[in-house]
Amino acid sequence: MIKEPLMPVIGVVTDIRIDTPDVRTFRVVTPNGEKPFIHKPGQCAMLSMPGVGEAMFSITSSPTNTEFMEFSIKKCGCLTDWLHAMEVGQQVTVRGPYGNAFPVDTEFTGKDMLFIAGGIGLAPLRSVINYCRHYRDRYGRIDIVYGSRTKDDLVDYNEIITEWIGDDDVHVHLTIDREQEGWDGHVGFVPSYVKELGFSTENRIGILCGPPIMIKFTLQGLVDMGFEKSQIYTTLEMRMKCGIGKCGRCNVGSKYICKDGPVFRFDELDELPDEY
Amino acid sequence: MRAISYAKLDTLFAKIAETHGVYLPVEGKKGTDYKRWEQGDVYSTALNSNRSPKDIFFPQSENLMDFKVEGKSIEIVDTRSESEDFVIFGVRACDVKSIEVLDRVFLKEPADSYYENRRSHAVIMSMACTKPAETCFCKTFGIDPAEPMGDIACWVDGEVLYMNANTEKGEALLEKLEGITEEASADAADTAKALITERMAKLPLAALKADAFGAGKTQKYFDHPAWAELSEACLGCGTCTYVCPTCQCYDIKDFNTGHGVKRFRCWDSCMYSDFTQMSAGQPRLTQLERFRQRFMHKLVYYPENNDGMFSCVGCGRCLAKCPIKMNIAKVMKTIGKENDND
Repeated sequence: MIKEPLMPVIGVVTDIRIDTPDVRTFRVVTPNGEKPFIHKPGQCAMLSMPGVGEAMFSITSSPTNTEFMEFSIKKCGCLTDWLHAMEVGQQVTVRGPYGNAFPVDTEFTGKDMLFIAGGIGLAPLRSVINYCRHYRDRYGRIDIVYGSRTKDDLVDYNEIITEWIGDDDVHVHLTIDREQEGWDGHVGFVPSYVKELGFSTENRIGILCGPPIMIKFTLQGLVDMGFEKSQIYTTLEMRMKCGIGKCGRCNVGSKYICKDGPVFRFDELDELPDEY
Repeated sequence: MRAISYAKLDTLFAKIAETHGVYLPVEGKKGTDYKRWEQGDVYSTALNSNRSPKDIFFPQSENLMDFKVEGKSIEIVDTRSESEDFVIFGVRACDVKSIEVLDRVFLKEPADSYYENRRSHAVIMSMACTKPAETCFCKTFGIDPAEPMGDIACWVDGEVLYMNANTEKGEALLEKLEGITEEASADAADTAKALITERMAKLPLAALKADAFGAGKTQKYFDHPAWAELSEACLGCGTCTYVCPTCQCYDIKDFNTGHGVKRFRCWDSCMYSDFTQMSAGQPRLTQLERFRQRFMHKLVYYPENNDGMFSCVGCGRCLAKCPIKMNIAKVMKTIGKENDND
């Protein structure tokens, strides 16, 4: 009988990192201790706890990490509640990789990279950021604008502080929504911070991920700065069951977000009905 | 072309049943539906079964796999088994086409092994229509009920059933049946064919055209003002989806039996609000959006991905079953109307 795409493999959770009060990062390997499968930056996987549910999550670790796979997951439903309550050593099921990827080896090569994320929106970008950091000489200047409600809600904070900030020509711009004790960094929303920082449009790629309201105003801000929509990418989220363009849930226009996406350029999104 | 006396259908089914499972439409308390043939079952000549033979390839509910969960460990149990060879007898031309529509979803790489398993073991014996109904509009989608596709096409003319193989699979089966069938001339079913063609031309939906739809029409129709009125009374019951031979959306859910976990796949409907509901939000908030999705998918999105093939075969089931008498024919007439003035 042919291979069944809906059939998962077993994954073992070997590490659970508490990122924020409602975000944890789970490290997953196969029972043999290997990475479950090869992926590209921006691709997703279906994680499941049988009896609880199965859902699509972006793979937050970089493909350059050959030892394990990581998922940063916000607690917001049945399955994610369960995942947040589990302990190291727990087995889950995993299948994938699904979807297209950010064109890191084609369109992005040689470009200055501007990553803009809000809240858990950093999770899908982390794989791309770390990929670019790994192959540092293939890309120009890297800017990362990342904002959250409070300092405690910044995902990957330790990695940002200990690894990203120290990298050559990587510029991290953190911001939080309101003043907070112990925070001497920028305060304000992401869209206005991006405007304040100002970015030249020449030879630069923008990647946005975050809450819809942040995307909307940040995109407008970038367009006002002179960016073409074809220079700006995002990654979409829709309800999914199969991951292979058959169950119908993530169908928007003639596209299936699970296989034709989740990565889109904004000029491509203009061609689709506004149903995502 | 082979022939057998219509009175000997039981002999035909019994002969096929020696090597194949046999499925056919049989009339029951709730109307006609496909079932596995057993001695004594009578083939129903009803124009349309309540539900198409879609269930045979893509069951309304099926067990995909099992899991044994013990402490922190999980074992995945592959519950699949090779399908038997089987024949579906009496499939109308529209329903035969619907299987092609489903094939393009389920057999496209990566293929769905559950569907592929059953599909590869199936021999379709189609049946030309004799009395099309007012709700029929298969010709709108280029389907000819006088020349049904499938592995073997069948016609009934008076007391005789004629059978003609369309594929190698069909030829192989007809060869096996040679002992109980007789040779017939290639034009033996022509009278039956002419009669159906004549009747089709007189149907109320005979003039319905799909030309206004197809690939590339998203921008043109998505914001059409008529969606509001068309969808206004939609109850979101999903009946259209369930009786539709081409609707193929599904849900996957787990059931904890107490002794393990069973993972099921069940039919689902884009007409339901929780179809797209996420913790992060709901992209289709109103019934208008859900209603539009169903028809845009069949008339524009699906053709865009499938060389212009529509995801409607004009079987007319939704025309007969919708509790508010809304249907795809009305949608096509209303939304596609402006096109006449282009």
